[in-house]
Amino acid sequence: MAIEVRIPTILRSHTGGAKIVEGAGDTLGDLFTDLDSRHDGLKGRLVTDTGALHRFVNVYINDEDVRFLGALEAKLNDGDSVTILPAVAGGALGFAAVAGPRGLRAEPPAGR
Amino acid sequence: MLSIDRAIVDAIVAHARRDHPDEACGVVAGPAGSDLATRHIPMENAARSMTFYEFDSMEQLRVWREMDDRDEAPVVIYHSHTATEAYPSRTDVSFAGEPDAHYLLVSTREPDSEEIRSFRIVAGVVTEEKVCILDAGVDPHAVQSYMFGQSPATVDYECSGR
Repeated sequence: MAIEVRIPTILRSHTGGAKIVEGAGDTLGDLFTDLDSRHDGLKGRLVTDTGALHRFVNVYINDEDVRFLGALEAKLNDGDSVTILPAVAGGALGFAAVAGPRGLRAEPPAGR
Repeated sequence: MLSIDRAIVDAIVAHARRDHPDEACGVVAGPAGSDLATRHIPMENAARSMTFYEFDSMEQLRVWREMDDRDEAPVVIYHSHTATEAYPSRTDVSFAGEPDAHYLLVSTREPDSEEIRSFRIVAGVVTEEKVCILDAGVDPHAVQSYMFGQSPATVDYECSGR
């Protein structure tokens, strides 16, 4: 089952510079595990230690944000296209003060 | 160094003023590999907050695809700080995910002048850079109402040497 995955600039160090790679999996989580077997360290940039989708990336299946499709549980079909983009966000205050209206950004970044 | 048209800087400042006291954000796209910021794209701040901004994920997908189709890159990613200085916060640094972009910050905390500064943010390291305003000769006095960082001497209004 071939899924085309578009890799943003910041993660291309894991794909030998490739902008598009192929992978397989029934769910997004499976796909990331499959990709990680050939692109070492990629999964760690997409999934947190606690097994959630990292808040610093946006992931889309075709035209949908996977946060609305079950995140890592989102189902994949042959021929789907997955796009990964860096989430663009920030602001004047530090993390402690910016849980935000959706509560999405309350957790401090890992590994920085 | 960031080279940018005065008309685009004016449009960014107008956007920041319009959304004040909420933070404003957007992109200036340009031909991939050129480092030229040519197409201003104001974005929604999906957080609608005075202390936080985030691109709407669906708008971002649309804009990033459009750039891809036009062989463009996000040359500048800008946002405003509305009560503090134009310097990247820890949050800004944590999220900075475009290593080739110029991160432009505008502070609108003063009612009648704007502080505009530009940074590279790569792997958590912030490096301030010079801002070069193109075509400033059209109306040099208008440009001087902006306060570029703490050292106005680092701004090359006419981009001498080009």
